[in-house]
Formats: sequence, C-alpha cells, structure tokens
Amino acid sequence: MAPRPAPAVRVQAEDFDPGREQALLTGGRRDIGALVSFVGLCRDEDGALEALELEHYPGMAEAEIRRVAEEALERWPLQGLTVIHRFGRIQPGEQIVFVLTAARHRADAFAAAAFLMDYLKTRAPFWKKERRADGASGDWVSAKSEDDAAADRWR
Amino acid sequence: MKALYFAWVRERIGLAEEEIEPPREVVTVRELIDWLSARDEGYAAAFANPATIRAALDKTHAAPDAPIGAAREIAFFPPMTGG
Repeated sequence: MAPRPAPAVRVQAEDFDPGREQALLTGGRRDIGALVSFVGLCRDEDGALEALELEHYPGMAEAEIRRVAEEALERWPLQGLTVIHRFGRIQPGEQIVFVLTAARHRADAFAAAAFLMDYLKTRAPFWKKERRADGASGDWVSAKSEDDAAADRWR
Repeated sequence: MKALYFAWVRERIGLAEEEIEPPREVVTVRELIDWLSARDEGYAAAFANPATIRAALDKTHAAPDAPIGAAREIAFFPPMTGG
C-alpha cells in the first residue's frame, strides 16, 4: 500500500487559487483517478450583508484541522489532501474555505471531502460575525443544529 | 494558567486573554466556569448558558467534566461557525 500522504493545511487571511492548489497536488503524478474540490463562499441572501469577520483561535485552528485531516486519512485511502481556511474580513462572493481530496476512485474522494467539511464546521475554532450593509452592528452567526447532525452521521 | 476568550465570550468578558490562578479545589472545566462566573457580571453573562460554551485545554477540545490538570492554556468560546 502507498504511504499515507501528509495533509496540506493552511489557515490564512489571504485568498487562495483552487486551480493552483490542484496543480500542486497533482503535479508530476500519474496515479490519481479522482479529485474532489470544494469551495465555501461568503454569501449574502438579501443585500443586507457588507462582510463577515472571521475570528479564529490561532494555533488551535491549524491543529484541529490537522486532526480532522488525519481522521479522514484513517478512514479513506486518499492520495492527497489540502485544506485551507481563511480568517479576517471576507465580503460576499469571496472564498472562505477550500477542501481538495485525491483518491484512486471517486467514491473515496467525495466521501472524504464531505466528511472534512462536516467536521470542520463543528470542530474547527472559527466564528463568523456579520457586518451589516446599513452600518448597524451585526450579530455573531449562530451554530446550526443541522451542522451537528451532518457531523454526527459520520460517527 | 492562561485563559483565552473568543467571539461573544470575549465581548461579554471584555478581555481576549488573561492570567488566572484558580484555587486548588477547582478541578474540572465546569468548576472553572463556575469560579470565573462568580467574578463579575461580565463573566456571569458570558457563562450564563453553559450549553452554549465550548472549552479547549492546550488547544484541544475538552468536555465540561474534563480535569484541567497541568494544562497551561484554557480557552472558552461559543459553538464554532467556520466552514
């Protein structure tokens, strides 16, 4: 069996380029059969959101994403794995989070990517605060019970 | 030990971090929350609903009944909303 790949995990304020990340993971390789790439965006549903402020716990954010990534590598025979999560001010339409999984077969790549996102949402220490377009001070985004349910289905 | 606060826990307490010296009888995360809550209104407001408080010891998630032990850092925060 091929050695377990080291996950690439980054927590950063800067934007990222999914195409570049994909090229970095696949460059020079001929053994990968499936890539699943997920990008989470900042969305504004009714024109009321100016931006999200993403607060994070430096050090733990990286460590926790790495723990989740290692768990994904335990569960699925992945050939590569990249996770990027941004913090700071992010406007509607901008990218927040990126997950890239590589495997020989698509089922493993799809399942691992879904698992990673479900677990990141409930375990990675990030918190979103809304900045309202009307200048009013916004609220902290509440955790959703659907997110807990989504994470629980992997138990 | 160092205590860190995030999101609305930080806002209600009015501090991002501080050094704390809990007494010896404070053994678990839950007991530390009770001890902090008794300090003033800000702490009491931050910890008013324990079901909405998450904790980490040395950057690892910790349950309310987890012993603080020799941890050098404890963090308190709301349920996470990343992703």
